[in-house]
Parts: sequence; C-alpha cells; structure tokens
Amino acid sequence: MTHDHSHDHHHHDHDHSELSETQLRVRALETVLTEKGYVDPASLDLLIETYETKVGPRNGAQVVAKAWADPAYRARLLADATAAIGELGYAGRQGEHIVAVENTLKVHNMVVCTLCSCYPWPVLGLPPVWYKSAPYRSRAVSDPRGVLADFGFSLPKDTEIRVWDSTAEIRYLVIPMRPEGTEGWSEEKLAELVTRDSMIGTGFAKRPEDLK
Amino acid sequence: MNGGQDLGGTHGHGPVEPEPNEPVFHAEWEKRAFALTLAMAMPGGWNIDMSRFARENRPPQQYLSMSYYEIWLAGLEVLMKERGLVADDEIVSGHPLRLVKPVKRILSPGDVLKVLHRGGPTERDTDTKPAFKAGDRVRAKNINPLTHTRLPRYVRGHLGVIDRVIGCQVFPDSNASGKGEDPHWLYTVRFDGDELFGPDGDPTVKVSVDAWEPYLEKAA
Repeated sequence: MTHDHSHDHHHHDHDHSELSETQLRVRALETVLTEKGYVDPASLDLLIETYETKVGPRNGAQVVAKAWADPAYRARLLADATAAIGELGYAGRQGEHIVAVENTLKVHNMVVCTLCSCYPWPVLGLPPVWYKSAPYRSRAVSDPRGVLADFGFSLPKDTEIRVWDSTAEIRYLVIPMRPEGTEGWSEEKLAELVTRDSMIGTGFAKRPEDLK
Repeated sequence: MNGGQDLGGTHGHGPVEPEPNEPVFHAEWEKRAFALTLAMAMPGGWNIDMSRFARENRPPQQYLSMSYYEIWLAGLEVLMKERGLVADDEIVSGHPLRLVKPVKRILSPGDVLKVLHRGGPTERDTDTKPAFKAGDRVRAKNINPLTHTRLPRYVRGHLGVIDRVIGCQVFPDSNASGKGEDPHWLYTVRFDGDELFGPDGDPTVKVSVDAWEPYLEKAA
C-alpha cells in the first residue's frame, strides 16, 4: 500500500484530472440500471441533494443547543435520544436507534465504528473521510488521546475517556460541554458553537470568542 | 470474518488527517455510487448486513487500498451480480445485454424521503428474557467465523461489564448470510483500556461495543 492510497482524499486527487476508470464504470452502471428499469435517476438526484443540503451536522447542533438551553429536553434526550431527536423532525436511516452521551469534566466521550463507518446520519449527515479511514478506526479504541492530539486537542490526565464502538445499529451522539460565558444565549446562537467534531468527540464546542 | 475491515487496535496506519471544510462528496461519481447503493437495496432485496459483508469480503490488501466509495461500488456490484441483476459485460459496455430480471418494486422519487425517514429499525419483539443484566461481568467469546460478524477482534477473549441491556435486535451473523433475522438480546459491554491492550493500553480509557448475547459468556 503506497502512502498516497492510504487516505481517501489523496486518492481522489488523481480522479479529478481525467475521467477515471471508476467514473466511467459508475456512469455505465447507472445507464444499465436505468435502462433496465431498476433505478429512476430522479430518485438518485433527490438522494444526493438530501445528503448534500438537508441532512447534516446543523441538525445535531440544534439538538445539542436545545439540550444546553432546556433542562427538560436534555433529560428526554438522555433518556430516549431517538424520541427526543424525533421531536425536532430528525429520524430514519442510520439513526433508527440513537443514544446521546454527555461530556462532563470527568468523562469525555468519543464515537467510532472500527468495523465500517456507522454514524448517526439524521443528526450529523454522512461521515467525513477521516472517520471512515484506517487511522481513526484503528486508533480511536487503543489510543484515543493520540487521536485527540491529531485534532489539536488534549484532555487532563485524569479525565476518563469513554469510547463507543458502533458495532450494532445503535448510533451515538456526543453532547459536548457547554462553553462558559454563554448564559442566557438563545438556542439559535448556542447552535453556532456546536461543531460536527464536538458531536463525535474529536473536538470541543467553540468558545464565544471563536465566533468573533 | 477476520478481514481488512476489522481495524480496531491495529497499527501502522499513520495519523488521522482531518480535512478542513470537507465537502460531502469528493467526486461526481461518489455521489452516483452512493445514491445507486441506497436506491438498489429496494429492487435488490438485500439487507444492511449483506451489504456490509459484500464490502468487507475481499483480500485485506484490496480493502485497505480502496477508497470508501470504491468499496461501496465493489460491494454493490457483488450484490447485484449474485442476484443476476447485472453482469460484467453490461457494466463494461454500458448497455443492457441480458434479460431484465423482474423486481418487486423500485425506489420512486416520491418515496425517497419517506423511505429515508422510516429507515430500517432493527429492534424485534421477543418472548425470551435477557441472560445478562447491567453490572454483570462477561467475557467476549473467542470466535473466528469466516462469515460476517460484528464482534471485533480486539475485544475477543476479554473481560467486560454489561453497561446496558439495549433490547432484542436482528443478529447480523445470521442476517448477512440469508439465514433470517434470528434476533437476539443486544448489550452495551464496557471494557477497560488496559484489559484490552495490556500495559500498552490507557487505564483512563473505557471502550464499549454493542454485542449480541451469542457473542458473550458469563465470566467466572
């Protein structure tokens, strides 16, 4: 395995320059399946549009912001995340059974899928390349502090790190710690602090000064 | 299977490389491969565990050198060819060359959002009682099936604690091979970092997997 092929985004750099073999193969496959009547290209367009523009980490940010602002919602989210997230209209594929796990000063949660790429689609969208890559999937369980360091973060030595390997159909959403100095903020404004990575556990929420 | 997909605790893959402002897809063909995979599940009739096995069931060196959507595409082709929906000569030529095999239904544009919103819940009713309760000490069995399983190698043989009884859920080991859903009780099982990785592990780390009852035995 050459270094260039060990990371997806490097790999794709080759594909941009010309019509790659893979690009031609996918195009041919779509033509065959369409002509055979197995797929409707309009359905494909709608699937792509949905995950490019509608289903993404802004959904999860809204869930987290609401949990920060509304103690009753936070309690419902921790008790039954699938239902609480459903209250905001987010549900379905790859989020049929969601569990929310809350970061505290004592425990930091991190989510991985060592066996493939399981990820809570309705709240976070499709996973980034690094989440699906061998470096993350191999080390998140054995060296989560090292993984955090790759993201430029560190935790106190006595903080417990709890890693959730998504080996079944349960999908995990991390509720990051609410940053200081955000008392009285609206849910909308709080949501701006919630990053995708903070909901995977490979980052923290932004601080108020980061928004400036 | 002990394949290239079972990556937990393996070494040598280098650092994690986050990509700032990463787009959802990195090439036009990725979008189409993604959408084709989702759309073909309905006429194809396969389940998610069959899809996962079709992706991982290849030589590790191949699995590790393919990009994510290349693996998806290869898995989709396997599933379709197994069912006679498409053949290699058709993919190469870009034209249907063989009889169209009838399918029950296809994914219509009007159904896309409904189907996504419904998803595929895997919880099932049962008359059985769970063998374990929260707090029980269990050992992950040392199993090495050639077929699909969701018990990663890095926990096999290790001692853990039942964190939570999740419910009765479709059993991938059976579902992936077309032997039916065979639902079993599913648990979140928590392991200490140094139990999993010995003195090279991090004692401040706890790792959990979600494991079906057949993966577990009562610890002495």
